[in-house]
Amino acid sequence: MIYEQILDILFPVGAILVMLTIFVAMIRALAGPTAPDRVVAINIITTNTLIIITLIARIYEQVYFLDIAMIYALMGFIFTIGVAKYLEKGALD
Amino acid sequence: MLETILYILSIVSMIIGLFFLVVAIVGLLRLPDVYNRLHATSKCDTLGAGLVLLSLALQSEMAVAIRLALLILFVLITNPTAAHVIARVAYTTGIKPQIGRSDSND
Repeated sequence: MIYEQILDILFPVGAILVMLTIFVAMIRALAGPTAPDRVVAINIITTNTLIIITLIARIYEQVYFLDIAMIYALMGFIFTIGVAKYLEKGALD
Repeated sequence: MLETILYILSIVSMIIGLFFLVVAIVGLLRLPDVYNRLHATSKCDTLGAGLVLLSLALQSEMAVAIRLALLILFVLITNPTAAHVIARVAYTTGIKPQIGRSDSND
């Protein structure tokens, strides 16, 4: 069916497009003038990596990648909260 | 008939989600301030991720779709929370919001 072929093309193209957006966000993470700029960029990189992992799970038919994606989202959220707390208080305790 | 509707919904939601992800990245690269960048990225990236995961969930069986729905729920909860925390940190560490027009391409 034609729609299935369109989706089979669209998922790898979407994964490559999201990968390019990660490279652009990396420019902002390297060049950002202040520290919250870098945290914003790394937050975006985490979300887009989550999307790439789920797309790869669909392309290669590996269901267990979704669990890895869930753990990755958790780790990215905790990273953002930890760095924000460190920037605000100067310590993590 | 139902399969055709699901395929069309999946394609449309995938394309709109990718569009919002690209819009978020353009906002992150081009806007002049931390608060402007947060304004662009938090909403657009949450919506784009939700739409791409929804497009995947429409194409998979029930056990996979439930996991993708959990991921959508998790992204919808954590992404605005992280944006709020970053904005509060930027405010308390003394970064002033830029007021008025700026003609410089920072």
